Amino acid sequence: MDKIALRHGVAELLAAYAECIDDDRLEEWPDFFVEDSRYLITSRYNYEAGYRHGVVYAASRGMLRDRVLALRRANIFEPHRYRHIVGTTRIGKIENGIAEARSPVIVVRIMHDGEMSLFAAGRYLDRIQVDAEPYRFVERLVILDSDKIDTLLVIPL
Amino acid sequence: MSEHMAEPVRRVAWPSNGLSEVPFRLYTDPEQYRLEQERIFKGPTWSYLCLAAEIPNPGDWVATTIGEVAVVVARATDGAVNAFVNRCAHRGNLLCLERNGNGKEITCIYHGWTYDLAGKLTGVAFERGVKRQGGMPPEFRKDEHDLPRLRVAELAGLVFGSFSREGPDLETYLGPEIVGGIKRVLNRPVHILGRSTQVLPNNWKLYFENTKDTYHASILHTFLTTFRINRLSMPGGIHIDESGGHHFSQAKLDYAAEDADYRNASLRSDTDMRLADPSIIESIDEYGDQVSVQILTIFPGMVLQQIRNAIAVRAIRPKGLDKTELEWIHLGFDGDDEAMTERRLRQGNLVGAAGYISMEDGCVGGFVQRALQYNDADSGIVMMGGYDAQSQPFRSSEAAIRGFWKKYRALMGE
Ligand code: FES
Ligand SMILES: [Fe+2]
Repeated sequence: MDKIALRHGVAELLAAYAECIDDDRLEEWPDFFVEDSRYLITSRYNYEAGYRHGVVYAASRGMLRDRVLALRRANIFEPHRYRHIVGTTRIGKIENGIAEARSPVIVVRIMHDGEMSLFAAGRYLDRIQVDAEPYRFVERLVILDSDKIDTLLVIPL
Repeated sequence: MSEHMAEPVRRVAWPSNGLSEVPFRLYTDPEQYRLEQERIFKGPTWSYLCLAAEIPNPGDWVATTIGEVAVVVARATDGAVNAFVNRCAHRGNLLCLERNGNGKEITCIYHGWTYDLAGKLTGVAFERGVKRQGGMPPEFRKDEHDLPRLRVAELAGLVFGSFSREGPDLETYLGPEIVGGIKRVLNRPVHILGRSTQVLPNNWKLYFENTKDTYHASILHTFLTTFRINRLSMPGGIHIDESGGHHFSQAKLDYAAEDADYRNASLRSDTDMRLADPSIIESIDEYGDQVSVQILTIFPGMVLQQIRNAIAVRAIRPKGLDKTELEWIHLGFDGDDEAMTERRLRQGNLVGAAGYISMEDGCVGGFVQRALQYNDADSGIVMMGGYDAQSQPFRSSEAAIRGFWKKYRALMGE
């Protein structure tokens, strides 16, 4: 596989993902995943202890669609947006058309009244399907450095 | 000078002796908050410390808090669980800096004083001085400087501590009904599936009241109704202990009918909003009593939750007048097979900081706190379902909140 093309493809996926969320096009967010995918938000503490619980624990793309539908139609919270800053990605093993990638990320939360705060810091541990276009996540683990979450978490990270 | 000392402590005035009008200043007054630490958290109450499963071996310890007071819970070599303040007798340094650990003794990093796992002072560095110079005066006695100890009690794998020597024992404090409610859920050994902490921008009482507030559930949390999930649930009731401080509410569900409903869902062509993947609520009646929700609160700051197969302990930790940390400890049982563990993990989406039916509780207390800012002269109304704090066979009631204030006022001397 062409390393440079792969690097570009992965970078494009990660950037498009962050932009999609930050632009509030959440209905498109599940499309970054394959149907049979996993998405988990947890903390370094849980991850290192081998605890499987996630504050968000999705075991299918359907669960991601449900997250968006619930956020739009059911859950109540103060309007806010995120700004993701994704750091440099390191690509690991590539096997059976799936590439592993690790990227640091910080997320700034901007409330509707302009109040801004650093909401999350951590890293993405990704398994990305790279043998078909467009690249999609098979698995995205969001490992937060802190296990404290301010107020609530509703928009995906 | 003596005049000032004789002055009574400034109190928040209650409009009456009733429990149904709660002054807003209780959530905003710094002096009230300070008194709560003394009279409630250090008073004749029992606070959740940790799970016995977190300190299975001799030497294991956990650093935690009761109110804002730092405490350590440790399992000694004889297997007994001890709790003592996390504050060195010498100059007051925090002894255990990490969340948990294991060791034969606890050594203060500052000047090296050592304690055993019961909080007994066992060593003072350079006690006899160096080269016969310095050292502690001869009348200094180590055995007069043990760390202040708490009473400790264990129930169904939960470890509780109390600063009070005189207060009732744990089971008397809780009363038989609440003890039964705890044992119903924690009826076998547990293990941790994960934990997280939600930082709430509000006074601790606003969250604790919220967990006792059976009135808001279907109004604030619209997830279940939006996705037409709890249609087969049956009304339950509220059980409140005699002191008022503890309660549990229950609701039942026809699990079998719900299951059939989902299996038939694909045959129907209705336009209801439905979950694309309903496995997050696919649940089994693991207690065999059809109780699908049991929320149990222990005054002053613990919740034991059974929502279907999502079992959790929530510890409410005050962190200043208008900040509270809510620690979630998600549990599984030792006999769980992989399918059961996966089921609990998926249902975990319902609760916690991102929980479909709990996230609103993370912000609503903050909204109240904001509204009360310099606007706290009045009182809130807690009259739903009457004026007293008795158990009730329905849930659209604020009886458990009134129970909270009954216990609160008794302890605060108001
Ligand atoms: S403060 Fe602990 S030894 Fe001095
Ligand atoms: Fe709630």
